[in-house]
Amino acid sequence: MELEHVEGEKRGKVMLYALSTCVWCNKTKKLLSDLGVDYSYIYVDLLKGDERKRTLEEVKRHNPNVSFPTTVIDDERCIVGYKEREIKEALDL
Amino acid sequence: MTDFEPSPDEVDTLLEQLDREAEEMGYHLNPGIEFTKDLVRGLLVNENRYGYHSCPCRLASGDRDEDLDIICPCDYRDQDLNDYGACYCALYVSGEVMAGERELEPVPERRPSPEMREKAARPLSIPSGSEPLSSLSYPVWRCRVCGYLCARDDPPGVCPICKAGMDRFERFI
Repeated sequence: MELEHVEGEKRGKVMLYALSTCVWCNKTKKLLSDLGVDYSYIYVDLLKGDERKRTLEEVKRHNPNVSFPTTVIDDERCIVGYKEREIKEALDL
Repeated sequence: MTDFEPSPDEVDTLLEQLDREAEEMGYHLNPGIEFTKDLVRGLLVNENRYGYHSCPCRLASGDRDEDLDIICPCDYRDQDLNDYGACYCALYVSGEVMAGERELEPVPERRPSPEMREKAARPLSIPSGSEPLSSLSYPVWRCRVCGYLCARDDPPGVCPICKAGMDRFERFI
């Protein structure tokens, strides 16, 4: 599993940390796709070893609880959970 | 996307079993059938990966002892049902949500952070301050999932109330 990139309208750097089995993560992914924005996502549960450790450190920096989905916009705004309104606001949509 | 894809039959079988058990015990599965099937699929994927039904919406470590509190039904379900009308992943919902009298809202993560979990020792020892009760003829065991209490030498193999396994019990007194 590597970082996947979804092409779309550039609205800043949008990074979604998700779990492949998580319904709320997949709802968030669908929301971003439906909004048509450019974003990247990674399924943390499919990572192993150092890559997993490194990615979890990244998530922890933004969300100390390390829960999913965690959406990070421009490396600073962090939205934990499937929060449609907050995500749209953060993307100026 | 995942390493294993359960068949529709497997999903339906587990869904029926969980629904039957939930209703027998006064719990309710989320009535949104497709949503619930996706969660059940996640449980089956996790069973295949780890050997147990780890919560599909939480990251499992793969170590059963570390993941005990998030094996479905998780230790946090009943509190979240009371406070938010649904458990964290929303597989289980309250009667109010079931009846359409309450809207589903996002459930914040109640599970302590990884640091807090590391710090907290497993509460398997007798709680302090319980000395006056030490003369009880049996220890009292508490199911961490539903709070069921029983006084006997060892906890039951399966909780008679919520069906959680023996390792979900803690010594209460």
